[in-house]
Amino acid sequence: MQVHLRIQRYNPEVDAKPYFAEYDVEVEPTDRVLDALNLVKWYHDGTLTYRRSCAHGVCGSDAMRINGRNRLACKLLIRDVGTNITIEPLIGFRIIRDLVVDMEPFFEAYKSVLPFLINDDPAPVGERLQSPEDRQRFDDTTKCILCACCTSSCPITWTNDEFVGPAAIVNAHRFIYDSRDQAAAERLAILNQKSGVWRCRTVFNCTEACPRGIQVTRAIEEVKRSLLTGDVS
Amino acid sequence: MVQIRTDRGSDRASAATGAQRRPAVPRVGRERPNSGNFELYSWYFFRISGLLLILLAITHVVIMHVVNTVDEIDFDFVADRWSSPFWRSFDWLMLVLALLHGLNGARIAIDDYVRPRGWRIFAYSVLWSVAIIFLIIGSIAIVTFNPAAAVGR
Repeated sequence: MQVHLRIQRYNPEVDAKPYFAEYDVEVEPTDRVLDALNLVKWYHDGTLTYRRSCAHGVCGSDAMRINGRNRLACKLLIRDVGTNITIEPLIGFRIIRDLVVDMEPFFEAYKSVLPFLINDDPAPVGERLQSPEDRQRFDDTTKCILCACCTSSCPITWTNDEFVGPAAIVNAHRFIYDSRDQAAAERLAILNQKSGVWRCRTVFNCTEACPRGIQVTRAIEEVKRSLLTGDVS
Repeated sequence: MVQIRTDRGSDRASAATGAQRRPAVPRVGRERPNSGNFELYSWYFFRISGLLLILLAITHVVIMHVVNTVDEIDFDFVADRWSSPFWRSFDWLMLVLALLHGLNGARIAIDDYVRPRGWRIFAYSVLWSVAIIFLIIGSIAIVTFNPAAAVGR
């Protein structure tokens, strides 16, 4: 089938501002949007620039705005988006070129919530064991692949560059409720700032955008509740 | 600072103890917080006042527009109703909650969307002035209302 692609292009060395270029490519309905992008790059215009690494929905490199919604190009089938496809870079970030955006602020926010296990007890000989129930407590937020679909879909991050963003809160949640971790209080204090969870308006765009189906808004609300009650069990 | 209750096993030292043992220097990222719990209480106030306002506002609408009609509501009706301290308190609570709930929302919208410093100060000033003036006017009306002293009655 023939699909019509409208792709936002921008080369800062040549273009004054972003513009849309249009391409027609022949694809199967079961192909992915990424396949259509590859066809454009390989056979129509080699200057088209976008990120993709694993191309199987695991690395989170090819998050982009497809028909107005943040999606992974490698997970979205052509038959689910129709024959007219508009592709833009993630909004709220500086565009480096075409569909490639500057993810540095995103990873700064991610690092700010201490997204690693903190446990000052002497390391055991084997592994740090945990019951299946304790593991289940934060299972949902372990799925994050840091694609930025959620953070870029959040209207607060579009205007407020201090907001830590949903992805960082999800990754803080993953350790706050981990029974092996000892720095829940530190992370909660970081998220208790004005730029932390309190910027969230429960718009639910993040939950809608997440390609891994993480209940992002739920995770954020759980952190808020823990800040109120002091209970992280 | 948030106090964390821990009910984890003995091999898992409490989060608070763990934080004390570690050096105070931040590992990475942003500055450590020092802003207190204002945003937390503001969020909690939203939840509680929202729930109360549903009850208060629906009761108000039922009394003023379902049980009674606008034709029956006049000075005497209000005077009769406000002869009871309960209804004065009811109306005053609705005034305070609705005003603060709405203005707290506006405060957050300013936080999000008004970035230039000068405009922010201006917007906050307008906001809090409006809050204080309306609170005072409304409170005076409800507390000092005296039908016997009304001119021309």
